[in-house]
Amino acid sequence: MHKLLAEHPGLKMLLLGNEAIARGAVEAGVAVATTYPGTPSSEISTNFFQISRESNLYFEYSTNEKVALEVAAATANSGVRSMCVMKHVGMNVAADVFMTLAYIGVKGGLVIVTADDPYMFSSQNEQDNRYYGKFSGLPVVEPSSVQEAKDMVAYAFEISEKLQQPVIFRTTTRINHSTAPVVFGEIKSAETSGDISKDPFNQVPVPAVARILHAKLLSKLETAENMSENSEYNFIMGNGAWGIICNGVSYNYVSDAAKDLNIEHLVKIFRIGFSHPMPGVMIKGFLKESEKVLIVEEGEPFMEETVKMLAQEEKLTLPILGKSQKYFSRLYEFDPALVRQSMATCFDVAYTPAKVPDLSDIPEIPERPPNLCAGCSHRATFYAVKKASEGMDTICPTDIGCYTLGFLPPLAMGDFLICMGASAGVSCGFSIKTNKKVISFIGDSTFFHSGIPGLINAVYNNHDFTMVILDNGTTAMTGHQPNPGVDMKKLNIDGYGMVSIEKIVRAVGVSHITVIRPYRVKKSIDAVKEALNFKGVSVVISKEICTLYARGLKKARGKPFFVSDKCKGHKDCINELACPAFFIEDNMVQIDPVMCSGCSVCAQICPEHAILPIRDT
Amino acid sequence: MNTTRLIIVAVGGQGNLLASRVIGEAALLSDIDVRMSEIHGMAQRGGVVESSIVFGDAQSTVISNGEADVLLGFEPSETLRALNKCNLNTVVITNLAKLPSFTVTTGKSVYPDLDVLQELIRKKTAKLIAFDAASMAVKAGNILSVNMVLLGALIQTHTIPLSAKNVKEAIIKRTRKVFVDSNLKAFDLGFSAAQELG
Ligand code: SF4
Ligand code: SF4
Repeated sequence: MHKLLAEHPGLKMLLLGNEAIARGAVEAGVAVATTYPGTPSSEISTNFFQISRESNLYFEYSTNEKVALEVAAATANSGVRSMCVMKHVGMNVAADVFMTLAYIGVKGGLVIVTADDPYMFSSQNEQDNRYYGKFSGLPVVEPSSVQEAKDMVAYAFEISEKLQQPVIFRTTTRINHSTAPVVFGEIKSAETSGDISKDPFNQVPVPAVARILHAKLLSKLETAENMSENSEYNFIMGNGAWGIICNGVSYNYVSDAAKDLNIEHLVKIFRIGFSHPMPGVMIKGFLKESEKVLIVEEGEPFMEETVKMLAQEEKLTLPILGKSQKYFSRLYEFDPALVRQSMATCFDVAYTPAKVPDLSDIPEIPERPPNLCAGCSHRATFYAVKKASEGMDTICPTDIGCYTLGFLPPLAMGDFLICMGASAGVSCGFSIKTNKKVISFIGDSTFFHSGIPGLINAVYNNHDFTMVILDNGTTAMTGHQPNPGVDMKKLNIDGYGMVSIEKIVRAVGVSHITVIRPYRVKKSIDAVKEALNFKGVSVVISKEICTLYARGLKKARGKPFFVSDKCKGHKDCINELACPAFFIEDNMVQIDPVMCSGCSVCAQICPEHAILPIRDT
Repeated sequence: MNTTRLIIVAVGGQGNLLASRVIGEAALLSDIDVRMSEIHGMAQRGGVVESSIVFGDAQSTVISNGEADVLLGFEPSETLRALNKCNLNTVVITNLAKLPSFTVTTGKSVYPDLDVLQELIRKKTAKLIAFDAASMAVKAGNILSVNMVLLGALIQTHTIPLSAKNVKEAIIKRTRKVFVDSNLKAFDLGFSAAQELG
């Protein structure tokens, strides 16, 4: 049995924050879960996927976050508890659904998990999704610990059902990827059969209906504010005259710092776990009893703005300090020492920071940037495109996936990146206003996610570029989740359809389509050259399974290669391909046979034909 | 109970996440408060993996610069890189088996000299225990048990509030059955190595 399905209330288990969220959903009797994978949220869904195979949970990897939310919006409106999981930027994709779903509401509970990523450990921006609560008028709850990550899920479902509104469950990386003992609760059995009755005057927001629904939304928001006032997750600790208002992981840093600075008796800490709407009455009372208030929140001054507004309403003039006075930055994540230091400065407490050793005499330590795996099919494709486009003045928009790493030298394939699927649309733009040859890169999962409309646009508006679709049969970057192009039968999983990228591209009307096997170097270069010379939209589908994924599936691999004594030391292999299996010993190139996947690409580009497969002896 | 802060640094694939899991599990068995956090953005693509483990009376799962009580390094140059987490009272345990990054193996940058590296760490911290954990893992019968060797050394130093018995129990519970024997052997080898060097 899956460990998160264990029935024993009171059981204590070591869980990752994301596992705790999944367990919370199980305890709350979740019936449907949908997602598009994205770090730091991915493990929530990995667990749902496994759980769905041994329980009555319905789970799906949807094609993108918008679709995921649409599916969950409908199941929740059919009366069953539903959860939709995504990383923070996924909310931007789902925003169209989200903003109007706030008008329509739900019947069964709907919890939308958004995993924010302060410091951008694995993201392209660090937007603060609490603003989505304000933007839409929907409630936001945020846990501070792994235990709360579990406990607050059931709570979020309760408020969702009371208000008949979706609820945002907002985490940050340090919640998702923290691990701690979690005490299990009881599992509520899931109500899995749903139905919807026709109610167009509440469910079809044409203008006349939408005007009524907006008013309804605002009145629900008032009810939500009352809930926030009475929420057990908005609490005050201590009764000193120095006030601190904090949320999420900042609460941990604040409580530790109060202890470390020995000012526990002097402060009172207001932990906000229900952060939209903020509990206005409680905050006003808190301000009146404080000499000075410090607001500790990562990201944007979300609470700070509201607290200052509330102070103005009460004509309070106490100092309210936070980001605007530079006690804290809007950049990156916090850590315990940073919060301790700001608290000490703000309240004028003696504090000697830990002494970081003087590191000026440390020699330069070689960087260890992430690299495409040895034998990664993307490397082979990039190499082919690079060779095929030699001498051309190019611009290469790229997209989101492992292949984004192709922008690093020596491949240096990737010049412009915005968000999921954008490579297609920006290629249209570059092809209008530059004289460069536009070559874009997009992975299979990203193509399904949001690359298709850009490609349709290109054909319709008659743009001129080459789209290279890197089809490695999985969503590699986030941990090898399936996508619509994957043959699930090969994974021994029934009940799935399969969508062919090639047929889509053909149906869109692209007239120059080539499918290449990137490990066949010369053939690939020739095929790409032809595509590049085509005037109009051309598509190259580069098909080869992700090596790391294939290893995990225990697929038979090619024999590893070695560098024979024919090597004359040009080092083309290292300088142009940079496969991490290469190393230099005694000034000679060698191949690590454990890392080498036997893709044979280096052997094909070696001018001396010195690289050979290891033969069985 | 006081707080003890442990940082583990490794290169993706060295098994430090399993080591942290075992530590967490052992803490749970001994009823010691524990919380940890991991940053493993692109571990599988050869990046650096860092775990912070906080024992005792604290709620944070993150360890600030200069505030680690113990640093356990799975790779010497990564141990050196993590010195900013240490202070004069920090105990450092490091593997000496190098995993040179790609820029080094292809001659584009230079790996720091191991003697100089150890000298620097010694000078800036309270104590350094350094040995080749990879060859011990081989001796234990599984090259992948480097993590268990280092865990053994860590426990021997008594710098974290866990007993060898509880950690071994966690190894039995948490690691794959076929590897339990070699893992336990690796743990013992690491433990005695630290004893000899300590
Ligand atoms: S995980 Fe797959 S796609 Fe990603 S770098 Fe490795 S081989 Fe390439
Ligand atoms: S065959 Fe060459 S390019 Fe392919 S994985 Fe092995 S060393 Fe790397």
